[in-house]
Amino acid sequence: MTTMETRQQPIPVAPRKRSKGLNRSPQETPARAWNYAILIVTILLAAFPIYWTFVVASSTEEETAKIPPSAIPRGNLRENFTTVFNADNVYFLKSLTNSLIVASVVTISVLFFCSLAGFAFAKLRFKGRDPLMVLLIGTLAVPTQIGIVALYILMSKMPSWLGGNWNGTLKAVIAPNLVTAFGVFYMRQFITEAVPDEIVEAARVDGASTLRIYANVIAPAIRPAMGILGLFTFAAIWNDFQWPLITLSGTENPTVQVALSTLASGQFVMYTQVLAGAFLATLPLLVIFFLAGKQIVAGIMEGAVKS
Amino acid sequence: MAVTSNAGLDLERRIAARVRSAPRAPRSGWRSRISRWDVKYTPYLLISPFFIIFTIFGLYPLLYNGYVSLRTWRLDDPAGDGWAGLGNYRQLLTDTDFRDALVNTFGIFLLSTIPQLFLALIVASVLNRRLRMRTTLRVGVLLPYITPLAASTLVFASIFARDAGVVNSLISALGFTGPDWQEDKYFSWVAIAIMVNWRWVGYNALIYLGAMQSVPRDLYEAASLDGASAWQQLWKITVPMIRPTLIFTIVLSTIGGMQLFTEPLLFNKQIRDATGGSDGQFNTVALMIYKTGWKDLNLGYAAAMAWALFFVILLLAGLNAFIANRRVAGGK
Repeated sequence: MTTMETRQQPIPVAPRKRSKGLNRSPQETPARAWNYAILIVTILLAAFPIYWTFVVASSTEEETAKIPPSAIPRGNLRENFTTVFNADNVYFLKSLTNSLIVASVVTISVLFFCSLAGFAFAKLRFKGRDPLMVLLIGTLAVPTQIGIVALYILMSKMPSWLGGNWNGTLKAVIAPNLVTAFGVFYMRQFITEAVPDEIVEAARVDGASTLRIYANVIAPAIRPAMGILGLFTFAAIWNDFQWPLITLSGTENPTVQVALSTLASGQFVMYTQVLAGAFLATLPLLVIFFLAGKQIVAGIMEGAVKS
Repeated sequence: MAVTSNAGLDLERRIAARVRSAPRAPRSGWRSRISRWDVKYTPYLLISPFFIIFTIFGLYPLLYNGYVSLRTWRLDDPAGDGWAGLGNYRQLLTDTDFRDALVNTFGIFLLSTIPQLFLALIVASVLNRRLRMRTTLRVGVLLPYITPLAASTLVFASIFARDAGVVNSLISALGFTGPDWQEDKYFSWVAIAIMVNWRWVGYNALIYLGAMQSVPRDLYEAASLDGASAWQQLWKITVPMIRPTLIFTIVLSTIGGMQLFTEPLLFNKQIRDATGGSDGQFNTVALMIYKTGWKDLNLGYAAAMAWALFFVILLLAGLNAFIANRRVAGGK
């Protein structure tokens, strides 16, 4: 195309007027005041429920019953936290450690197995590679939550050499998440682009084994992708609710979201306590978000993330 | 090419050496045998964990669910497990609660998906302008996505509370009386749809924004020479150009919307009952599966519901993609 055009006689073109507002792509158009207004309203609405959690969590029940309700935080946060930690049959403090354990174990496992598989799909040649990759992407569209009834039965029938019934244990919430299709896919995309084939080939010629190539060539190159995948995995597992509720509720071993729902399941709901619990369940993710929000946004914009 | 760096030359020489030597003279001994084994089989070893875990905890339960749905499986009476044939499915056809749950699921899905994707498109197109504090604004709209679903639903339950909730306080400040968001059927749908919208608008906006940034800029320049407004540009250029992404989000929200669970469970005044409102007014299919399985302890019947829902999802996802495909293509 370009060569053909350059050979032709130059056709005189009127110079484009960059200054006129409309004659631009959206990215080059400076935002107007009402554009900022839309975004600020959106962000205020996005932040309000989180702010409100904090307001109610720091109030006494009497303060929240007032009409109109107070819009500013009060001084009762500590007391409400203590009540939450001491609530009968809720095991809130334990649930925080449990969630930390589950989310950390799953995150480490996902990073390890997904980067290994992503490496194989991106840089190794083996029979059936492409069909297997298509199969893996296809599993992303399978709504596996549909199978929870059977999953529950499966967990209850775990053989004794695996410890018998897994329901009510953290194993039941860890095992299904150890490696994800999305993680493999994401790692494959990243490794394909970040690591040149020649380097892998050269290492091979030098006699390096597959695992050595992974350790010495791939692993150092994929740190950024590991960071993003790790954040998403940790957040997703920390927030996971339906399956943990089914397998862990009613035990002394809940994750934090399950404990939170137990806290809210009483005959009379005390919103100061419930939202103090909700605030505690949200806080670690808020911290992560403020530290790494930029990376999380970049991850989603790459079109990479499945909910 | 001749005057490349040492490393490049070295690499070329090594590859050349390998190509020459590889077919014939293999290094003798166990070392080369291991190395050949490594090249051939290690890749399968590396990809196997995913397929093993998915088969055991994803695929197998999904299929095994079909077997369970044909049995009278009860949690409180495992010994009484027997063959039910199509009994569970026959019961399902006449179950008015199930039919109502299906209608509720669909109604809430429409209320939450259509505004969600429309608003996301608007937010994305605004984010696509040249902005000051770009990153902060992008991070800001994503805030709900990171909030735990259980936590945010409970907060919304307090915000929508009839007497001292924020929303009704605002409504009465304006001189009106707010509805009972948990008791009234359609208001409860709206409240739940607001929760879903709140969570997903920013997330979808960022997905759209990512897609919008790869739309060629000259398209807009040509359009603006023709005098197209920003609004026309959005619908005539941006939307058709990001069609695959739109379809992706539509299918994704359909699959998610059909399985709505946490909101109807926790928005209830009596969470333990898992009824989706005092009269099932915002009961969904996913919630009903949970209640049937773990409150009524009838796992067989719950499994039949799960497969029925699976069927509905397949149908809708296909239909959805089909309509979206034609619709957006027609708008070109």
